[in-house]
Amino acid sequence: MDSIRLDATLTVHPRVSIRPEPFGALLYHFGTRQLSFLKDRVLLDAVRACDGTRTLAQALAEAAVPDAQVERYRRAVATLVHSTMLESRPANEVAA
Amino acid sequence: MTLVAPSPVQTSPVAPARTSSTLIGHFEAGLDAPICLTWELTYACNLSCSHCLSSSGRRDPRELTTEECKAVIDELQRMQVFYVNIGGGEPTVRSDFWELVDYATDHQVGVKFSTNGIKLTPEIAQRLAASDYVDVQISLDGATAEVNDHVRGPGSYDTAMRAMQNLADAGFRGFKISVVCTRENIPQLDEFKAIADRFDAQLRLTRLRPSGRGADVWDDLHPLPEQQRELYDWLVAHGEGVLTGDSFFHLSAFGSALPGLNLCGAGRVVCLIDPIGDVYACPFAIHDEFLAGSIREPGGFEAVWRESELFQRLREPTGGGACASCSFYDSCRGGCMAAKFFTGLPIDGPDPECVRGFGEQLLAERAEDALPKPSGDHSHRTSPPRPRGGAGPVPLTLSVRRPDAPPAHACAESPLAGFSPTTTAAGCACGTDH
Repeated sequence: MDSIRLDATLTVHPRVSIRPEPFGALLYHFGTRQLSFLKDRVLLDAVRACDGTRTLAQALAEAAVPDAQVERYRRAVATLVHSTMLESRPANEVAA
Repeated sequence: MTLVAPSPVQTSPVAPARTSSTLIGHFEAGLDAPICLTWELTYACNLSCSHCLSSSGRRDPRELTTEECKAVIDELQRMQVFYVNIGGGEPTVRSDFWELVDYATDHQVGVKFSTNGIKLTPEIAQRLAASDYVDVQISLDGATAEVNDHVRGPGSYDTAMRAMQNLADAGFRGFKISVVCTRENIPQLDEFKAIADRFDAQLRLTRLRPSGRGADVWDDLHPLPEQQRELYDWLVAHGEGVLTGDSFFHLSAFGSALPGLNLCGAGRVVCLIDPIGDVYACPFAIHDEFLAGSIREPGGFEAVWRESELFQRLREPTGGGACASCSFYDSCRGGCMAAKFFTGLPIDGPDPECVRGFGEQLLAERAEDALPKPSGDHSHRTSPPRPRGGAGPVPLTLSVRRPDAPPAHACAESPLAGFSPTTTAAGCACGTDH
């Protein structure tokens, strides 16, 4: 699950609903009926920035993740890809 | 610390396997909206299960109308409550049930409903299998008809099995089989798992609560101490493949924590809306003591969730009371509030099924009048809960009807009913009011 690279283009799965909470957010996947907890708002910003137009590196930058923390956030995002909350696919497929 | 706490659990109360203590702290302080909630749509039920949490049987004339239910769904959508667990009573006997399910799923509120299977025809099963937003949970409390029907009533095993077969035939994968663990069915855990595997379903085991009619049978049906251990070991061995609805966190004191939040979510991350729109802290606490408000009041459900005095109180930090000094308090967190309340134990003390035996000790010492009086009962009047200790002889007065005085009553069709040219029969012989 650590295989997601910083140059991957990611999108939130269309069946995933995001609910912000004071501690971060709840993500619910209607397809798998799984719930995930995002434990801080920076990660929430990063997930929202994954809209199929940016690489993961750009999405983390958009969320103002400090350089020293990039690896930690990359791993968190990889977890979400593993549980199919996020999908790895190029922007042109998303646009289609 | 990881940033994501994934939940392997697919049902309520949704629970991640390992959550940090800070996240638990947030949950204890309450969320902006419940993670999921239980909504009992009707008190009407075709069965009279002896352990029914909501003492269901007869419909309540004050039940929410279709329009009121839709307004609740609109509100849940606004609050982003991802899904509701619909139950009852038997929710599918409401004539607008499928309309409400469609309305919810059209408004991004997923539905998981619990049923005894009575309405799950092959046609309905096909329809359910086609939707991603609907999940089904069939109640089964024995792996054999004998054990199941003893608690749920004659014929209920066959009804459930037929419903499961219909779902499987329709290609519905991963529906839930929900089992309330009792003294009688704990020896059948492997058989339940085999049934679930046969239908490509998922097994869900939950705790018998002394709530509703469950209070009448709890003493006889709740698992024995050695069975608690057996259950715990079985759950550990089967891990995340078997759902528990976070039921058994009081057993975590046996060893490592079971998958789940391991905290009481009442009024913090879960709650219950009952058929007349009353909001309670949790599905196991239908009692005035845990009534937070009504969705019929101004402000609706959201105001109850965010502002009710009861929920505010439940979200305050608790010290652990009599359990504070116990070395296992961090894992069991004092157990289930409803189980304590309905067995007459103090809320800030040990769970009645405390694995260290402190609950049993208190149960033995409690006063005769310690049990709370139920604050509502919708049981069928014609099938009251069986008396504890088994039914004794039924006293009957036998009499012989005089052949010249046939029964006659107001609904007899013949204008000459009861009239005999030689004698006049008066009154009604059928023994009921009508």
